[in-house]
Amino acid sequence: MPDIGVEIPARTVVTAEHMLFDAPREQRYLIGNEAVAEAVKRANVDFVVVYPITPQSEVSHLCGDLWARGLIRDYYRGEDELHVMVSAMGAATGGVRVFTATSGPGTMRAMEAISCWPGYRLPLVCAFMGRGVGTPANIQPDSVEIAYLLETGMIIFHVENPQDFFDMTIAAYAIAEQPEVHVPVAVFADGFFVTHSREVVELPPESEVLARYDPAVAPVPAMDMETVPVRMARDCLVIKSNFISYNANASWQQEVWAAQHRARKHINRLMGGSVEVLHPDAEILLVASGSAAAQARVAMQEARRQGLDVGFVKIKVIRPFPEREVVEACKKAKHILIPEFNMNGWLAREVKSRVDNNSRIFAGPRVFAGMTMPPELILDEMHKLVGART
Amino acid sequence: MDVIKPAPGFEDILPLEYQELVADGPYGRSLGVKDLGTFKELIEDHPLCAGCNLTLSFRLLLASLPKPEDTLIVTTAGCFGVIHPQIALHASIAPFGTQNAFASGLTRAMRIRFPEKQKDVITIGGDGSFADIGMAPTTHSWFRGEKFASFMLDNECYANTGGQASGMTPEGVVLNMAPKGKSFDKIPFVEIAKLAGCAYVATASPTKPRQVESMVRRAILVAREVGPTFVRLACVCATNYKLTPIEAHRKSKELVSQTDEYMTEAAREYLESLEGAA
Ligand SMILES: Cc1ncc(C[n+]2csc(CCOP(=O)(O)OP(=O)(O)O)c2C)c(N)n1
Ligand code: SF4
Repeated sequence: MPDIGVEIPARTVVTAEHMLFDAPREQRYLIGNEAVAEAVKRANVDFVVVYPITPQSEVSHLCGDLWARGLIRDYYRGEDELHVMVSAMGAATGGVRVFTATSGPGTMRAMEAISCWPGYRLPLVCAFMGRGVGTPANIQPDSVEIAYLLETGMIIFHVENPQDFFDMTIAAYAIAEQPEVHVPVAVFADGFFVTHSREVVELPPESEVLARYDPAVAPVPAMDMETVPVRMARDCLVIKSNFISYNANASWQQEVWAAQHRARKHINRLMGGSVEVLHPDAEILLVASGSAAAQARVAMQEARRQGLDVGFVKIKVIRPFPEREVVEACKKAKHILIPEFNMNGWLAREVKSRVDNNSRIFAGPRVFAGMTMPPELILDEMHKLVGART
Repeated sequence: MDVIKPAPGFEDILPLEYQELVADGPYGRSLGVKDLGTFKELIEDHPLCAGCNLTLSFRLLLASLPKPEDTLIVTTAGCFGVIHPQIALHASIAPFGTQNAFASGLTRAMRIRFPEKQKDVITIGGDGSFADIGMAPTTHSWFRGEKFASFMLDNECYANTGGQASGMTPEGVVLNMAPKGKSFDKIPFVEIAKLAGCAYVATASPTKPRQVESMVRRAILVAREVGPTFVRLACVCATNYKLTPIEAHRKSKELVSQTDEYMTEAAREYLESLEGAA
């Protein structure tokens, strides 16, 4: 057995607001995997259990280093992703702060456990580092995994770059642990484009950490026999065949989604809202998330230089989906393009099911299987739409 | 155990069952199998088959816990899984077969949060959940040396899903999905437990309650200090083997004709130090 309960060096406890908005920031040159490990370091995480997979392995290693340095309290490499995610669930049920991460096939393997987290009301944070799934085998960037996660009940953030990966992971803990929320958060980063791109990331001081997680504020008691041993566990097993059980089960499920909804005000407070909108009155609107948003941002700048009237909406939060904000932002656009890094266009479906006049929407361009999306590709589609090639 | 006591003035509005647990439950008292019938048990009613040996094993197991007030129970899918919300302890159900992965995280959380206090985490699963679908997380928790006790309720089939043959069904037995008789012998799971690093491994049957008690206690005590432990409780399924409760009871007894108890030298020394002191 590894040593656990190690002494953690003294660090100053600060609020998430302080860490995100007020603390002085130092510039570092980091890949996404390093940025998220920096967040784990400052989030005062108790326990990390993880299994390596490209393009996530670096954060698995870095968390091991944090543990060896006494900056997280316990850590191990699990036997596979399903059991990693179950172990994470066991630890979070026991009332400690947990971090884990996976990618592509690991997400698919762990799906049974992941689907259980929200119903257990666990505030754990998992970084998903999107890559292709299925056959043909593919380790390349892809955001298709989000489509599989959409209806799990998890809160889902989609990061644009390593800076987002750091900030949104810190925010994820603060939001997940609100007593009125208390559901898990998926922080999703596109593989390689974010996990392995080296960029300037501004970090608050290493000597400052979030306060330790206090399970006493949880809406359901931790499993520790320190509270009343009522004959119902934290995960409320209501599988008996009678109407009261059905009703309890139904309300439990609804409550998970209500908790997501209650997260919105905390998302607004800690993340400056679920969307970022530039030039909302434009004729053409690029709506995107993740690294597709990074490409769309560049395409918008270039298009505006060329004289096209183009705006941009970055959707930072996929669940709870920012329905009101997206409908509002899309009100005036004549053409809406939704570039995505996956084949089937789940984001376009999400947007189409909320905004009216869907004939305005071009669900693309979409690239996948490892291909990149040069801003020119997006520009080209815009030119085709307005019929004004330059 | 103070946490279970209602605030003054609220006693009589709580359900009768809860009042009885406060007044007469096993928390903080050294009760055991011999005291059954004289105190309010952690489990009372159950929705399982009448005359079920697995349920009897479950009842004996709960009555044998050395420190119920600090015991956390991880179960999984299976007949016994349906009882779990009725246990008057913190109990949780892990996805089918993953009970030992859940307990690995939970045990570590307890050691982070309560370094000075012993919390006894135990897992309870069927033969199917430990030896078939859950073979990997079970053996890996043992390879890692995770300190908690595992209890297999071996009814020699998948009972909860309608009586299919499991890896622990003996060769030749005809059950669902083995219409020509099971094609390979019972998985030698007890031997696997020893090889995988368990410090204490035993087999008991509910037909010998005092033996169950001794083995459950030893398994939990050894897991506190020495390493992982495993107990197989042989309790053949009456319903799916189409036996009367009496026949099933007799068969369970036959399955454990001799005491089967293994422990490492470290476990033996530890138990001697405890039992000698007692
Ligand atoms: C992932 C998954 N696969 C299958 C099942 C269906 N299932 C529930 S219990 C069970 C068999 C349980 O057998 P065992 O562990 O021997 O316990 P018993 O019911 O015999 O007590 C199965 C196959 C499930 N719940 N989850
Ligand atoms: S099916 Fe078998 S093991 Fe399950 S409750 Fe009935 S008798 Fe017991």
